[in-house]
Amino acid sequence: MHALTNRSKMVSDKKMTFLEWIYLPAIAKGMFITIKHFFRKKTTINYPEETREFSKVYRGLHVLKRDDQGRERCTACGLCAVACPAEAITMVAAERKPGEENLYREEKYAEVYEINMLRCIFCGDCEEACPKEAIFLTDRLVPSDYERLPFIYGKDMLVEPLDPNMRIDVSARQTENLLKFKQNKQFAHNK
Amino acid sequence: MDWTMYIYKTIFLVIILLVTLLVAMYSTYGERKVAAFMQDRLGPNRAGIFGLLQPIADGIKMFMKEEIIPLSANKKMFILGPSIAMTTALLTGVVIPWGGTLTIFGHEFPMQIADLNIGILYVFAMVSIGVYGIMLGGWASNNKYALLGSIRAASQMISYELAMGMSIIALILTTGTLSLHEIVDQQQGMHWNVFYQPLGFLIFIICAFAETNRAPFDLPECETELIGGYHTEYSSMKLGFYLFAEYVNMFISSAVIVTLYFGGYHMPFIDHIGLSGNVATLLGTFFFFIKVFFMIFLFMWVRWTLPRFRYDQLMNLGWKGLMPLAIFNILATGVFYYFTELT
Repeated sequence: MHALTNRSKMVSDKKMTFLEWIYLPAIAKGMFITIKHFFRKKTTINYPEETREFSKVYRGLHVLKRDDQGRERCTACGLCAVACPAEAITMVAAERKPGEENLYREEKYAEVYEINMLRCIFCGDCEEACPKEAIFLTDRLVPSDYERLPFIYGKDMLVEPLDPNMRIDVSARQTENLLKFKQNKQFAHNK
Repeated sequence: MDWTMYIYKTIFLVIILLVTLLVAMYSTYGERKVAAFMQDRLGPNRAGIFGLLQPIADGIKMFMKEEIIPLSANKKMFILGPSIAMTTALLTGVVIPWGGTLTIFGHEFPMQIADLNIGILYVFAMVSIGVYGIMLGGWASNNKYALLGSIRAASQMISYELAMGMSIIALILTTGTLSLHEIVDQQQGMHWNVFYQPLGFLIFIICAFAETNRAPFDLPECETELIGGYHTEYSSMKLGFYLFAEYVNMFISSAVIVTLYFGGYHMPFIDHIGLSGNVATLLGTFFFFIKVFFMIFLFMWVRWTLPRFRYDQLMNLGWKGLMPLAIFNILATGVFYYFTELT
């Protein structure tokens, strides 16, 4: 049989030599190994103070983007909810009233937009399904809680702030290739 | 003995008690840190700076826990168990010489509570009584696992006490005294007993590991086989006493090892500096504690390196390995002194 690693050793029941029998050299060897680890760099990351570096395409907490004039991009089409394999997204659509043009980009908008973070599996299908470039997954984490209810995130948690300085950067997940892919009509969801 | 001596002894007794408890307390912290560091982790670092308040937090937790005495347990014995374990662990510190002699206003104050002329025998007596704490607790719990754990503890301690006592006989042959204070004074300079009795030292330290129920001899409380061993049924501060007694024992046996084999409070170069009496004495105590801390570290180092013995291996090592070796050591020492005395 072919060995997976070359670390396996053949077992034998040969008689131990005297040095092996008294075990002391083996114990000294073992203690040398542990003391080497004692002075080795520790692998622990002190979480709240330090965080691990995320990959560029990390899929964490969602954001509902605004356009450059600060209007919500989402039109409550429901494609994300349909695409969601965990059925975590629900929304209620509403019609834009006259005078709200600075708030919503199109005539229809999401009055309620909720993602259940306990159901969400962070697959990213919602952002792939979105035709309006409205929803993205970011490198932020969903904080833990003691109860279940706070995990249903509404628009207050998801829509990005109006302040241009506090906008959430999603450029890593909105590349040229991705845009081209999304506009390609040969894929079913773009039709 | 005049009245200043009585006051001094009382104060010194309290100091030693507090120091013992403090060291034992921080040994629990040290144990967790050493374990973590050897496993490439950081260990407790949240309670206070570097996690230094962790033992206090643990202590408060122990106090706050519900005190449970099982219905079927023998109540008196159940309470007596941890009390004996803790008391005997603390009593041993009485005969250990913690330092030389302090001279204050013409009075001489030895840094030892009781300089018994049979100091070593006293240590052994206390260690033997310590087994009762574990045995009573395990038996009174009326629980299979606790009983098994205590039986293991009893047989293990009895087996290893024999070899330990015999390794000490060889040491007594070289020193010619049972008083711990005299044994330390004979080791002045670099005449540490560990160089005269290397085999005896090896046997003694292995038995010390077994006597304190530390890995690789922690069979009485091996979690994987016996749930908790002899303290399965214990909760709250009674459990705390058992766990704490283990660390007190570790500190005291480290102190005994240092006293017997590593020259106690003597340091080889200290006599040549020419310091005045009191400073040299305090410095000696400081060195004593450094040696003790290194021994405690060794205890932990071994615990986090070696796996636990199987029960038959334990008995094999004790009766077929260490016992004959200890007897051989006595014989060799005796023969050596017989012939060197002749010439």
